Amino acid sequence: MAGCLGICFSPLDAAANVAFAKALGQDLSLLAIGASLPNFGAKQIFELEFSPNDPSEAIVNSIWTYIQEFSAIVAPSSIASKDLIGLLAGKLGRPAVTDVIRVVGGNRFQRPILAGSVLATVEVEGSPLLATFRPSSFQPSSVPTLDGSNPAAEVIRIPATPSARTRVLENLQGAQKRPDLAQAKVVVSGGKPLKDANTFELVIGSLADALGGAVGATRAAVDSGIAPNDLQVGQTGKVVAPDLYIAAGISGSTQHVAGIKDSKIIVAINKDKDAPIFEVSDLGLVADLFEAVPELTAIVKR
Amino acid sequence: MINILVPIKRVPDPYIKVKPLPDGSGLDVANVKHEINPFDEIALEAAIRLREQGVELAITVVSIGPDEAEEQLRKGLAMGADSAILVQKQGGMDSLGVAKEIAEIAKSTGAKLVIMGKQATDDDCNQASQMLAALLGWGYCSCASQISLSGSHIEVRRETDSGEQRVSLELPAIVTADLRLAEPRYIALPGIIKARSKPLEKRVPVHNDQVQYRVLSVESVPSRKAGKMVQSVPELVAELKSLGAVS
Repeated sequence: MAGCLGICFSPLDAAANVAFAKALGQDLSLLAIGASLPNFGAKQIFELEFSPNDPSEAIVNSIWTYIQEFSAIVAPSSIASKDLIGLLAGKLGRPAVTDVIRVVGGNRFQRPILAGSVLATVEVEGSPLLATFRPSSFQPSSVPTLDGSNPAAEVIRIPATPSARTRVLENLQGAQKRPDLAQAKVVVSGGKPLKDANTFELVIGSLADALGGAVGATRAAVDSGIAPNDLQVGQTGKVVAPDLYIAAGISGSTQHVAGIKDSKIIVAINKDKDAPIFEVSDLGLVADLFEAVPELTAIVKR
Repeated sequence: MINILVPIKRVPDPYIKVKPLPDGSGLDVANVKHEINPFDEIALEAAIRLREQGVELAITVVSIGPDEAEEQLRKGLAMGADSAILVQKQGGMDSLGVAKEIAEIAKSTGAKLVIMGKQATDDDCNQASQMLAALLGWGYCSCASQISLSGSHIEVRRETDSGEQRVSLELPAIVTADLRLAEPRYIALPGIIKARSKPLEKRVPVHNDQVQYRVLSVESVPSRKAGKMVQSVPELVAELKSLGAVS
């Protein structure tokens, strides 16, 4: 068995895989899907000429012969990675562990359940290990060198085998031109009080840009068309753990808090002084967000 | 006529806070109200709406769980499913085991389409559907926000990590439901009465493989504490600066 294979849907995933392989105590090879990777000191880099938007079953079929030798196949948690790891697990007849936040040792892992209110310690027997992990829980201790000081990895190109039965008709890209939400250092999120897409972008987007951060949204904001679906933060959306999370006009449902509670500092701005979000915030301001957020943006820009 | 299978999981009401047992050996769910996993309920609603749009469908709901899961299956029948199957299993089963049992039922019922929730709100695993697709060798599409059937294909609008996508899958296929696929209907009394006479078949698990995934213990996550209330934006900025959060 030849160590850990870390799957990357973006270059950012490579660093996360380095940290997770270290926690597992295994050598790392990387599999890049539609991403070009700098050398992070991986033994081998497999490159699959697919985009992350290609059908997951086609990706599985393309990589099938290349994954056999590994004792662990892992990826940072995302919709695409959970699909891929789950399909591989089924095909291998193996269990899988999703959203690992801690390697307890050997084959034991901690993962959140019940919208993050409870932590479960689980044990997986046998090999290979199939897992997705929360990248925010596995920060690389040092930024892997990009200066070419790592020995060149062996690069293996994998030809893409398209799916015969599943066809992508159209890709509709979301609005996120900002830092990756799941790995951003600052996240500014808005809720339903933002009224419409333009107001949301103007108020929330401007503060995020001033702070160099990403934009997030509540389920209610996404449901009502104020924000695109890929910005949804929460139990079933994206889980974030930035240094600074600013929640504007967000009441703080259990499902939303599940996606933000590992943030270092949570700031809440809400005009309802009884909003549950204040119970989990480090700093709270009872104010009309339409006044407070632009004022904050102006001060930050100065 | 197309046979659709909708697996539904019995889960603790997601709006009730469930606590671990004092010894951490499991969850204290003895007196907790249970519901259909919300994502599965959305999947079932979507299946019923396909039929209401005029596609000839037979909808079977299936649950793998304790005898009490009959309650959720009856609710599924009351919503509009035609028949139900309960695979009796006390004490839970891991996702791979669940996928294997559903695969057997998909074969024995001649299902051409499985619609199920993308994850269950109790264990938040998000993997049974993928495993099922791999075991059956069917097409797979997760996180659907819109579906329509035409002939031998299902067209899905789905949510991805970076936006949305439209996909066409040849049947047989497995599609998972995301939040925005459908709003589950309110169940009226006639539906509940009708559900009592619909067929509910009980089976025992087919597979008895050695389980390789075990939950050893559970513990509560300490909740965050409320911090400080500030009175103005300049005060907020001053606090953020002192914490080093903004420069």
